[in-house]
Amino acid sequence: MTHSTAVPTKPWAKKPIDYLRNLSFFLVAILSAYVVVAITPMKGKLGYAFTFFVAYAFITSLFALVSLGIPAAKDAFIKSFVALGAVMTVIPIVSILGTVLKNGLPGIHLGLFTHDMSMATPTDPIENGGLLHAITGTLTLVLLALIMSVPLGILTALYLTEIRGKFSGPIRFLVQAMSGVPSIVAGLFILSAVLYPIAKNYSGLMGALALTILMIPTVARTSEEVLLLIPNDLREAGTALGGTQWRTVAMIVLPAARSGLITAMILGVARIAGETAPILLLTGGGDKVNPNAFSGPLGSLPYYIWKSFNAGSPEAITRAWAGLLVLVLIILILFTLARTLSSRNVARR
Amino acid sequence: MSTPTVSIPAPREITTEPRRSDKVFRRIVTAGGLSSLVILGLIAFFLAYSGYEVLKSEGLKFITSADWSISTDDAGNVIDSHFGLAAMLVGTMLCSLVAVVIAVPVSVFSALFLNFYAPNWMKKILISIIDMMAAFPSILFGIWGFLVLMPSVEYWAKLINRYLGWIPVFEVNPYFFTRSPFVAGVVLAIMIIPIITSVSREVFAQAPLDRIQAAFALGATRWAMIKAVVIPYGRSGVIGGAMLGLGRAMGETVAVYTVLNVVFQINWHILLGAGGNVASLIILKFGDASPYEIKALMAAGLVLFLLTLIVNAAANFIVKRTGKSGK
Repeated sequence: MTHSTAVPTKPWAKKPIDYLRNLSFFLVAILSAYVVVAITPMKGKLGYAFTFFVAYAFITSLFALVSLGIPAAKDAFIKSFVALGAVMTVIPIVSILGTVLKNGLPGIHLGLFTHDMSMATPTDPIENGGLLHAITGTLTLVLLALIMSVPLGILTALYLTEIRGKFSGPIRFLVQAMSGVPSIVAGLFILSAVLYPIAKNYSGLMGALALTILMIPTVARTSEEVLLLIPNDLREAGTALGGTQWRTVAMIVLPAARSGLITAMILGVARIAGETAPILLLTGGGDKVNPNAFSGPLGSLPYYIWKSFNAGSPEAITRAWAGLLVLVLIILILFTLARTLSSRNVARR
Repeated sequence: MSTPTVSIPAPREITTEPRRSDKVFRRIVTAGGLSSLVILGLIAFFLAYSGYEVLKSEGLKFITSADWSISTDDAGNVIDSHFGLAAMLVGTMLCSLVAVVIAVPVSVFSALFLNFYAPNWMKKILISIIDMMAAFPSILFGIWGFLVLMPSVEYWAKLINRYLGWIPVFEVNPYFFTRSPFVAGVVLAIMIIPIITSVSREVFAQAPLDRIQAAFALGATRWAMIKAVVIPYGRSGVIGGAMLGLGRAMGETVAVYTVLNVVFQINWHILLGAGGNVASLIILKFGDASPYEIKALMAAGLVLFLLTLIVNAAANFIVKRTGKSGK
């Protein structure tokens, strides 16, 4: 009598022939896109993309219809739409990053980081002048906004997670509403409440005040999420050891949430670093490095990009792209930093 | 043998009263927590206060008329002024509606892709890319839209006009497609797709696993499962996400100003190169505005603020309710 051992089979796993079939569907769809574009008046990239999509959806659903029936055909048909949606979401990102790199790189040179625009106009050759005033200005704005918004944002988050008072519901709602305040409205508000009646002059501080309004909701919401992740055991342990609430929060909860709170700050900075509308209204946009944020016009990257873009000559447009490239790089770096910090935070727990 | 007398200490008073340090702490945190209320209140107050003069002299015409003109004599005194936001309000609605109509299907499909179709590694990468896109500055979208996207969108607009021109909305009477509300709408759509996608994705991810598995166990295909379980569960969340995107689109300034041809004329034809947007009006007129016109701009800002506040509040209300809905 022969013994046979049961071998596990995976009937759901894809076999090579399945991959081959998918590939052939793909190729047939590409081929039919070529044929259709060649013999009908449809032309251009749009024509190719459209016919390819229709052909692919048609072929896969036809195959599903023949082999598995109507429900499977519907499933395959929708699957192509779902894939199309994902592709259409990603295409603009790729295109934006690609164009910024392509158009910005010619404008990047070493002098960009050591000169300002006080001796140059946007229409000068690209070698003249640089971004120094814009970079220092943006740093100043971001730093001031950080100093003002982080305490308020974190206090709001603490109120929502630690105190849980009777205003928790309304405040959570208001923070959400605040995150939808258009940036131009924040600018107008500072204009009418601070700049005209009190300060009377453009300065970096005015811009930073407007940016603070835009930054608080991001910091508050992210910090709230982070603080909610801190296990309640820690708070109970702190109280059980005789700690008052404020000592528990200050010495246990906040240190435990440290990297998450830093992530919240970074995301807030990424949110405001490229904010343009309030900057245009409030900072005055100087062309010289201005170390004093409290008086005198302060240049910044968005203002520089805006001004160069509106100057319109090819050199100025190249400047604008170079500025955009620097700005996007800053935001990318901040974002990656926030990602790695928060993922480490999760992994450690 | 005598038992030693034991002095029983007086029982300590037990209280739930927080100590003084805690009271101070709680006050400070509550004060900080109320900052959002204070700031929103101050915004409404100061914009209303600065715009009051104009709002009073224009009355309801500030919303209903489409005229924006101011004339001053040589000394700079205002002789005559008409401020009306109607054209800008219609333009704001058109641009943001175009944006939402384009963005919602794309976002829903990509949220479905992320949740139910994508392999795990792809899902992680895509989510961080999409989140990153939400942090891109609007000036980047504006300049990219103007220099890269606009030529192709104009071509698409001409296609739509050629085949669907008999529908009144797609009519283009002076044959002029450049910088139309449609172009602005497409740029805005690209800006709000990440927002709607991430809201929808989070709502879809909350769809109850037992129902999903039950649907599969009954032999449902993936689409049948989505139609029977995920869509009914997440519908109101998607609507809320769409309204969040609408709020963002209505308040967008720089990107719209860069690609839109601002004209003070009510225009319902989305493909025609004339439109408006309250926020871009403010940027356009701010540069050389007289003090009186600035007051009008403040009033416009107030209208925009209230508009976005209402849309956002409704959106948050709908999103929050999602968890409880679904059969």
